[in-house]
Amino acid sequence: MKKIHNNKAWFLVLPVFLLVAFSAIVPIMTVVNYSVQDIFDQNTSYFVGAEWYREMLRSPRLLDSLMRQFSFSFSVLLIEIPLGIAVALMMPAKGRMASVSLILVAIPLLIPWNVVGTIWQTFSRADIGLFGWSLNAIGIDYNYASNPGDAWFTVLLMDVWHWTSLIALLCYSGLRAIPEAFYQAARIDRASSWAIFRFIQLPRLKSVLVIGVLLRFMDSFMIYTEPFVLTGGGPGNSTTFLSQALTKMAIGQFDIGPAAAFSLIYYLIVLLVCYLFFTIINLQDKAK
Amino acid sequence: MAEIHLKSLAHSYSKNPSDPADYAIREMDHVWEHGGAYALLGPSGCGKSTLLNIMSGLLSPTHGQVLFDGIEVNNIPPEDRNIAQVFQFPVIYDSMTVFDNLAFPLRNMKTPEVKVQSRVHEIAEALELTELLKKKASNLSADEKQKISMGRGLVRSDVSAILFDEPLTVIDPQLKWKLRRKLKQIHEQFNITMVYVTHDQLEASTFAEKIAVMYGGQIVQFGTPRELFERPNHSFVGYFIGSPGMNLVAVQRCKGGVKFGDTEVKLEPEMVDLLAKIPSDNIKIGIRPEFIHMWNEPNADAFCCDLVHVEDLGTYKILNLTLNGIALKVRIDEDQQIPKNKVYISFPEQWLLVYVDEFLVDTSVEQEGVNP
Repeated sequence: MKKIHNNKAWFLVLPVFLLVAFSAIVPIMTVVNYSVQDIFDQNTSYFVGAEWYREMLRSPRLLDSLMRQFSFSFSVLLIEIPLGIAVALMMPAKGRMASVSLILVAIPLLIPWNVVGTIWQTFSRADIGLFGWSLNAIGIDYNYASNPGDAWFTVLLMDVWHWTSLIALLCYSGLRAIPEAFYQAARIDRASSWAIFRFIQLPRLKSVLVIGVLLRFMDSFMIYTEPFVLTGGGPGNSTTFLSQALTKMAIGQFDIGPAAAFSLIYYLIVLLVCYLFFTIINLQDKAK
Repeated sequence: MAEIHLKSLAHSYSKNPSDPADYAIREMDHVWEHGGAYALLGPSGCGKSTLLNIMSGLLSPTHGQVLFDGIEVNNIPPEDRNIAQVFQFPVIYDSMTVFDNLAFPLRNMKTPEVKVQSRVHEIAEALELTELLKKKASNLSADEKQKISMGRGLVRSDVSAILFDEPLTVIDPQLKWKLRRKLKQIHEQFNITMVYVTHDQLEASTFAEKIAVMYGGQIVQFGTPRELFERPNHSFVGYFIGSPGMNLVAVQRCKGGVKFGDTEVKLEPEMVDLLAKIPSDNIKIGIRPEFIHMWNEPNADAFCCDLVHVEDLGTYKILNLTLNGIALKVRIDEDQQIPKNKVYISFPEQWLLVYVDEFLVDTSVEQEGVNP
């Protein structure tokens, strides 16, 4: 067969190229451009090289919220993954109750972020909120607006309430894909329910859990709306996570240069963590 | 070691079975003896897997009893039944090594580790898995995985029967015969009752000493492969076993025999007498394509057929004939001469079988085979 050389084919790639350029390349390059300049006003700016990056990496503000961010994301994963699996295991496999439980579990996922924040903001108030008031009524001194520990607890609880369903639904679909013969064989092999979970269910949930962990890590690492509505980052800076610190810097104080450097570092961290996670999982698969 | 007795067993998947058609297993009595190698043969949906699951305890029968060595086990769950089952698709624990897979049932029973080691190595040796013991089970081929599934049954010293549910479905054809031979060796070595479900007659007859043919929720015949071939008890067995299946022709009674169209087929006098006593008019004659005699020239006893089509299968040929509009198949040797257009055939008496209401009429045993 004669190979046809036709450079017109490049035109077919053009729409995709334009789309990617406008959605990713241009915005990112704009940020890169900002991050190497000190901008005073529209007409006055100086090239400062890596200055902002150096400053940001030394800034206690960024480092503190970064630490906070990591501890938040890890706590979220630590609670939501086992809880999601447990919920999925408890959901009925078939019948009317299966549909009912699916709908119930899916509800939190359908609620917009700021509404979730508002719900918990009201629900947890010590004076009028059912949850906050009840805690105080039984003698627990609870106030998320003044106590950093309580604020953390509430933000975590809100995230668990909002997102455990995602893990549960993913695991539920994974569990339903396990053929009945596996359970039958396990019964004949006299496996305990723990052994069934450990050696049949968990290994077969691995692929959905990889997606689940990745999604929950990225999402929780970029969390903004819910704590913003609930605590506004306070008390003090105790629940100010990365994205909120960034927004304050960029929009509140108009420090465009440092904020640009900050957001690129932020972006690289998310990329790096996801890359490491995937590489480790793939290496494990290959090692078999 | 166990004798498995199915006593007036019936099973239905519907909650309130009323019609016989609601039953996946119609009432049956059957005994699988100690240490036998049996096949349960039948088309898809005839109830063979249901029967297997009832024996292993995964299903509980609607009626009747399952007896192991005379003891009823209806209410004993599969894990306490001393039985192992190999499924159609290999079940392995992917996250474990081959060794851990084989050791799994023993460890679940809290067997001392020393015994686990020796037992697993013994079984791995028998199944030729020794070299794979340290490998992850998930990366193995389908036949190796299926051997592991079987091995998990064999390691348990308390297992007295292994049930196979179409275990070779996902195995490559060239490996099938190898694994089948392995199964047979294992059977001889361990002297365990084995029941093998399949829809493949070749698989059934190479594996089993005796085959139970199932049809419509019933075991219609239980016998050696040769018995099934030479004297099918039920027209379905004749049709299902053999390649091609038995020629079955609906006939009416006539003087000295039976007829279809203008063709009269003579029968033995005892058979004619017996047929006269039976009220049913659903009579068929059956003869295997192998047993039809072909003459080289016209003959007083021979029927003249039209040759429709010849299938050459390499080692033998199949002639498709019509006799009075009835299609017949004749199997002849590869080197046998094929006549043109007209073929003269006759039905040797010893191979001509008569079926009433689909069951074989046997003159040697009065009325046997005629289903009430």
